[in-house]
Order: sequence, then structure tokens, then C-alpha cells
Amino acid sequence: MQRPIAIEVRGVAKRFHVPGPRAPATIRARLRNPMGRTPGRYLEVFRGLSFDVEQGEFFGVVGRNGSGKSTLLKLLASVYGADHGSIRVAGRMAPFLELGVGFNPKLTARDNVVLNAVMMGLSPTEARRRFDEVIEFAGLQDYVDLQVKNYSSGMKVRLGFAVMTHVDADVLLIDEVLAVGDAEFQERCGDVFERMHAEGRTILLVTHSMPIVTQYCERALLLHDGAIDTIGAPDLVAERYYEVNLSAILERPDNTLPEMSSHIVAAIADPLARITDAWIVDDAGERTGILGEGTPINLRADIQVQRQFADAGFRFQIASSDGKVAFTSDHAQLTAGGAAAAGQLLEVSSTVENRLPAGRYTIACDIFQGEETPAGPTKTVRLEVAGEKRGASMLLDHEIKVRDASGEQQVIGR
Amino acid sequence: MSAEGEVLELREIRGPSAFGGGWRRTWDLLWLISVTEFRVQYTNTTLGYLWSILKPFGFFGVIYLVISQVLRFGDRIQDFPLQLILGLVLFQYFTEATNAALKSISAKESMMRKMQFPRIVIPLSVNLSASISLLFNLLGVFLLFIVTGLDPRFSWLLVPLVAVALIALTTTLSMFLAVAYVRSEDVGQAWSLTLRALFYATPILYTLAIIPESIRPLIAANPLTPLIGQARIWVIDPNAATSAELVGTVPGVLVPIAITVVIAVSGIWLFNRDAPRAAEAL
Repeated sequence: MQRPIAIEVRGVAKRFHVPGPRAPATIRARLRNPMGRTPGRYLEVFRGLSFDVEQGEFFGVVGRNGSGKSTLLKLLASVYGADHGSIRVAGRMAPFLELGVGFNPKLTARDNVVLNAVMMGLSPTEARRRFDEVIEFAGLQDYVDLQVKNYSSGMKVRLGFAVMTHVDADVLLIDEVLAVGDAEFQERCGDVFERMHAEGRTILLVTHSMPIVTQYCERALLLHDGAIDTIGAPDLVAERYYEVNLSAILERPDNTLPEMSSHIVAAIADPLARITDAWIVDDAGERTGILGEGTPINLRADIQVQRQFADAGFRFQIASSDGKVAFTSDHAQLTAGGAAAAGQLLEVSSTVENRLPAGRYTIACDIFQGEETPAGPTKTVRLEVAGEKRGASMLLDHEIKVRDASGEQQVIGR
Repeated sequence: MSAEGEVLELREIRGPSAFGGGWRRTWDLLWLISVTEFRVQYTNTTLGYLWSILKPFGFFGVIYLVISQVLRFGDRIQDFPLQLILGLVLFQYFTEATNAALKSISAKESMMRKMQFPRIVIPLSVNLSASISLLFNLLGVFLLFIVTGLDPRFSWLLVPLVAVALIALTTTLSMFLAVAYVRSEDVGQAWSLTLRALFYATPILYTLAIIPESIRPLIAANPLTPLIGQARIWVIDPNAATSAELVGTVPGVLVPIAITVVIAVSGIWLFNRDAPRAAEAL
């Protein structure tokens, strides 16, 4: 079913005026130009951007530095005004372009939270009413009346994030908040995003982290040179993001890449083979993205050879949401002895024992020429393990025996 | 929060605005920011808010003692020390509020760049917290006046009228300065010079009556002149001559009013035009 639209962007154009240097540096220049005016120039960021975000959607915006991500967010947040085009948003919107903006270091946590929440659109009464919840969420109950200047940077971030999660909004604009904070904090951010998403809020997230895009977002948008390069499935966007990044490296005049990276670049720019599709199947052989705890992972991949090459190999890795590699498969020879022929189609299937705790994972599949040289772009598959047991890196069979005075033995474990 | 399936209507996002955003929200933000800003001054002190009344009392008390007991200035002007203090209180508010407002937008750069709110809140909050200080300063000064033997009068209750006019002038001027400073920091240098000149062009160290008649119309044209003159009449000396009596109605009343109106209109106009783009220009 087509969901109603939450954010509608139509033909948005924006350019900035970059002023020239204000005061002429030399006396001669000053005499020629007494008022010190230099013309400056215009920097065009967008030339007509259009896209929609549906209600309740988790939407990612990615792009290289300077591609206009932050400008787009600021246009949506009404910090900048668009030169042309229209932006329409359904419902109440809360922009979080930075955590804890406007925190006054000389004020206590209480005053800052209220001020910040009112800035985000709550009424002062409502902000005061929610204060206890906010401070509890941040885990800062013992520091309520401490001035924020005495907070550690981690505490400040927690406080800012806590405010964000307690501002009722239909549409949330979030810029890179996950970039700050430790692994535990990032995990919590992830949980909060999930919850907000489940509650039906629309989330637009700007990030540089492709694992986050592929794991959380339903759709994503790649901005490149002020235009939409790709919009759609997160996997596609993530792949394209890597390509764009790599081609930018190649275009650099001082291209002195280490040998390994130049192989990666070559593999993406002109692949020897491509993984056209990769997916996980359940017991019934149907495609799935979610597996129960302990259910073996059945991975399938279709490979298309583009050009003939010898020593074709396949390998995959499972990484958790914080980017840690949980498992690397053995290297599998794709063609016994001979070379892979151009146009050849290969089907790979693999079954992996599943000792992963509940959480989100990315399976990255790669083709190699020889042991280490990549032969094509990485294909990623999303996997969610559903279950109760979290907070570990692996589930292991175990048992615990307890013997009390009566001599009866209790066995705990599985 | 939208319930499942409920369709929320799309509303146009028009970019940042100088005044828009709803009266309620503007007022909430304004009050919250001004009060917290005022409070911040005293957070790390033991005496706290007591300072806000103790400081003007002591500060102007010293001036009073030095002028009346040590220097014995002002024989030509009746109640010179009191009149000087009253003028200083009002002018100090004008100086503090405009100086703070001048840099207010650039000082709140991160808020300007990261948050959405009616831009007018920024210069107004600076003025509101300066106005709160003015209120306490006036209380301190009235206390001092009573201590030095001036009898309280009913006309003291009219002083808020002068304060309101002064605050209106200062606020609109602040709006002008706040956005002009974003355009060019030269405004900051020029304004500190202007303030110095204005101090001597306002009857604080003297009265309009004792200066040569030839330059009276010039001083009378200063919008601060009739305000300080009126405050003096209401607080200290009901028989003091007004600007209108000294230089005539047109130069003494209409000219300063016209200048005030020009400042107010151009302040509001420039702010409305420039404030929405201030975040980009910073």
C-alpha cells in the first residue's frame, strides 16, 4: 500500500553567496578599491531537487562531504530558505542537527533541558513535566542540579539525546548523531530509532555510515554534486556510495593509492565478475531477512562473470551493527582448476551455523582473483536475528550445575 | 504523534523567519531565554540576586559621595548628583542593551545554524534581560535617593512611561544593529564610537538649560534628551524646564519623536529583511 507523503521536496534550488575578502591586503589594493568591496561569487548547491519521503519511513541521506547533505537538512529544518521550489512537511517536525545545541554551560541540566525542549517545540509546561523522564533516560539523576560546564562530554551528549527522544514529533531530522558517543551509546541510539520507527514516526537520517544505512533505513538517497545520484534500496545506495567515493579518489591528481586499494578501485570500476544477487532463505526455501536465534543461515548468491579470469574465488563475512566482523568464511574456489569464462553464471549456496545473538547484521559477499585481489564490488545482504539474548558477541551451548545441601542437582543452561 | 493510518496534512516550509512562528512560542522562548540569561549572571555568587540591587546602590552611591562631598561639582545645577545618577542609569541601560544586541546574532551562531525559531527572539531576549536589570537599577537608585533625603513623590510612578519609551527605542535600534553587524563588523567599531559621542550629546553631565543657546537644538534633537529630561522632572525636580520650553515644540519634541520613528521603522524593516538569511551570512 502506498503510504501518505511526509516530506515532499519539489524543484528545490539553493545557492550561497561567498563574499570576497573584505579588506584589501595591500595599500596599493586599498587605493584602487577604497571601499574594500570584492565581488565574491555564488556557490550553487542544488539546482532543482525533488523527492518524497513517505510517512513512517526510515529514510537515509548519504553523500560525500560537500555534496549538500547538511544544506538539505537545514532547508528542511527552516534554518536556510530555499531560492526556488517548495518543501512541504506533514505534521510536527523536530530537527536535530546537533545534540545539545544552545546548552548554556552555566545553567543546570534542568534549565538546559527545559530550554532545549522548548526550542524543539514543546510548551514550557510540557517540557517541565517531562523533565524527570528525560533525566532518567539519560541516567543523570544524580547530576540534575550540576551546571552543564561540569558535565563530561559524554554526559552532555546523553542529555542532548535524551531531550531528542522526548520531543513528540511526527517527522525527525537527524544529522550524524551516531558519530558521537561510544559503542554502548550507539547501540542505544539504534534501539531508540527502532522504537520511534515502530511508533510510526518518519525519520530522515543523514549519515556517513553505510552499515547504518543498510541496517536501519528502508530507503536511502545518495546526493552527489547537488543532485540525486541514486534513490531507492539502501543496499544499492550504499554500493553506489562506495563507487562514487572511489572514483573521487581516482580523479585526484596525486593518486598514490596503495596497491591493495587500487585493486579495489579497479574491481569496482571495471569488475571481472559481479554478484548479481545475494539473499538468505528460510527452511521453506523462501527469501527472508529475519531468522530466529540458532536457526542456521542459508546464504545464496548469483554470480555473473564479465571477463575471463583465472583463480576465481568467493568469500563472505558477517558483521554486527557496530561494524565488528563476527565471522569470515573460508575461501571457496569458484572454478575447479580452469578459468572463469566470460558470461558464465554461477550459483553459490552456503549454510552457516548460527551462534549470533539477537541483533542486526550485514553479510558482505566478495569475489576474488586469487586469495586477496578483489574481482568485483561487494554485495551486502541484511540479516536480522530475532530473539531475547543480547549483549554478547556469540551464543555458546553451556550448562551450569548447582548442588545444594539436600544433594539435589539443578541444571541450568541449554 | 500520528496514529496508524491517520493522514497528516502537508504544510509548506517557508524557511527561517524574522517574526513568524506563533506569538505563544515566541513569547515562551523570549521569556525563558531572558530569565535564564539574567539568572546566569548570578549563578556562581553567594549573594545571588541581592547583587542586582546592591550593585547599582553601591555604584551610584560612590558617584554620589565623590561628586557631592569630594569634588563639589555642579553648583550651577540643582541636585546635580541625583540628576547625574538618574541620567547614568538610563544611559547605561541604553549602552548595555545595544552593545549586547549588536553581537547577539553572531554570539548565538550555533543556535542560528542548527535550530528553527523566530529570529526576533534573539535581539528581544537581550533587551528583555537588560530591561530586567534596568528595573533593578531603578529600584536601587530610588533607594539611594530616599537615603540621601529626597522625598518620594507620586510622579515617581510615571517613570515606567519613560522606561517604556526608552525600551522601545533601544529595542528597535538593537534589531537594526544586530543584523547590520552580521553584514559588516565595521558596525561594531562605529557603534562604540557613536555611543561615546552620544554620551556627551545627551544631557547627563549637564542640563539643556546651562549650555549655549546655539547648540541647544542639536542636543534637543537627540531622542534620549526628552526622555532623560522628563525622568528628571518626574523624579527629582518638577519645576525643571522641559526641552519644549527651552528650544520650542518642533526641535524639542517633534524632531526627537520623528528620529525615534525613523529608527523604529528602519530597525523593524531591516530585521525583517535580513534576519531570515542571517544564518547563511554568519
